[in-house]
Amino acid sequence: MSILTLKSVSKSFGALKVTDAVSLDVQAGEALGIIGPNGAGKSTLFNLIAGNIKPDEGQVFLEGVDVTQRTPMERVHAGVGRSFQIPQPFNHLSVYENLMVAAQFGGAHLGREAGLFCMCILSETGLEACARDLAGGLSLLQRKRLELARAMATSPKLILLDEIAGGLTDGECIDLVKTIRNIHSQGTSIIWIEHVLHALNSVVDRLMVLNFGKILMVGGVDEVMHAPAVREIYLGIEV
Amino acid sequence: MSDQKNLTRLLQLFALAGLALLFLVPVIGSRALVQDLFGVLTLFILAQNWNLLAGFAGMVSVGQQAFVGVGAYAMFACVILLGLDPVIGIAVGGITAMILAIPMAFFSFRLAGAYFAIGTWVAAEITRLCFAQWKALGGGTGTSLPKGTTKTMFGVPEIKSWLGGSSSAASDALTYWLALILALATLIAAWLFLKSRMGLGLQSLRDNEEAACSVGVNPTRLKAWVFMLTAFGTGLCGALLFIQITRVTPEAAFSVVDWTAFVIFITVIGGIGTLPGPIIGVIVFYFLQRLLADYGTVYLIVLGCLGIAVMLFARRGLWGLFTEKTGLELLSLRQLPPEENQAH
Repeated sequence: MSILTLKSVSKSFGALKVTDAVSLDVQAGEALGIIGPNGAGKSTLFNLIAGNIKPDEGQVFLEGVDVTQRTPMERVHAGVGRSFQIPQPFNHLSVYENLMVAAQFGGAHLGREAGLFCMCILSETGLEACARDLAGGLSLLQRKRLELARAMATSPKLILLDEIAGGLTDGECIDLVKTIRNIHSQGTSIIWIEHVLHALNSVVDRLMVLNFGKILMVGGVDEVMHAPAVREIYLGIEV
Repeated sequence: MSDQKNLTRLLQLFALAGLALLFLVPVIGSRALVQDLFGVLTLFILAQNWNLLAGFAGMVSVGQQAFVGVGAYAMFACVILLGLDPVIGIAVGGITAMILAIPMAFFSFRLAGAYFAIGTWVAAEITRLCFAQWKALGGGTGTSLPKGTTKTMFGVPEIKSWLGGSSSAASDALTYWLALILALATLIAAWLFLKSRMGLGLQSLRDNEEAACSVGVNPTRLKAWVFMLTAFGTGLCGALLFIQITRVTPEAAFSVVDWTAFVIFITVIGGIGTLPGPIIGVIVFYFLQRLLADYGTVYLIVLGCLGIAVMLFARRGLWGLFTEKTGLELLSLRQLPPEENQAH
């Protein structure tokens, strides 16, 4: 069964077509990686899936239901969790409270059970020690982890990760990959935009390459990474 | 750490003792003091409601006088047109204000930021002009409560026989106690609301609306709730205020200076977005008023300068400054992880 289907989705900002007739099918439990040069329309695609922007043309389906006109909030309830490329924590709330908002409004958790659920996620994402700290004072790594943890707290069926490994050291990256693998192994579908290819490729089942808003190629990791067109456009290597 | 806990305990004890003393004021204090403190308490109620609206829900309204006025007029209508007890009129005032909040929210929620502020102000002015047309309640010149109403209202004869003294003093004592109860109820209700799931959602909206929506928070529903609830509290307070004043005119009931400008000043200097903020603000305001009462306009100039100074140098007000320096907290909104809850 497919968890997400895009049917020739397009979006323009003025004269610039940022998403150009993108069609895509993601199976339940699948992990899909998205790569492409800066400005290829990767984050816009996430905004279209999460409902932050509406497409000019085309439709978005979640588990076969047309959600094109639904708000971001409704899509969270339908099972889409997302992290932002630039972390957007609730600065004046503690890390624990950040998760409690997500668990109580996005997931259907209430009261004490919600608290225990959040603590589980915090320990899974290595944030247990700073549960009581204000989110506004966190380091970059912690903020990125909080983005992931907060998305997880909405109990998503499909989680959207936007450059969550960017700017991390190798060691930090390894921990993060472990966490994401763990989420994947629990049956959650993942779509992950990432420039850190070794992290991405060690998790995803398929890779999709975006360029100028169009899908350049979709396929297995090895297949895509060795395609001459991808190497030329994305990696800038003359073939 | 334990030092801080002890200090917090001390602060809590202090607050409780203060509260007990406040309840005793009509018994041990002079009538002038009762009247003064009535003014302070009602300003606190208005300020706490505005604080919830602007400081926690991010809706900077300049139209709260609409709810004060509607509450007052609804109470007068109950007494004059229906012959009801003024104390029942207070409840009707609150409910009527909440009903007015529905159309007001419908229009003003389409606006944001400064536009929202102006929109609510305009709505309040329209409401004032409408009420000035109400001939049965005196139209533009207003009207008074029938003679003797406040001397015979619910509870006044009992208080009179208990405390001794005149009926007017007993009526002042009653309105004072009602104001104190309403102030306490407002504070507790605000605290419980902010500690709840909805309150947490509200704080997340204030911090980052886009992120809040993408974890499933419904901004319109939450804001509508806060708008309605604060209208209710403001309406109750408006009705209570005008029982004590006993005379209502459109200008006095819908005064933007008395019921909104001072209230904003109090909240801002005390600490916007904190629950104890309006308490501190109203205390400072009261003493400034006493100190500068004889100097006329100088008083307003000093108020304005103080407001500007606080906004520039202590964005979170005097209470914010205090918690920053000492680490002490009262009425904390922090939610603790479950393990630590068990430990306590």
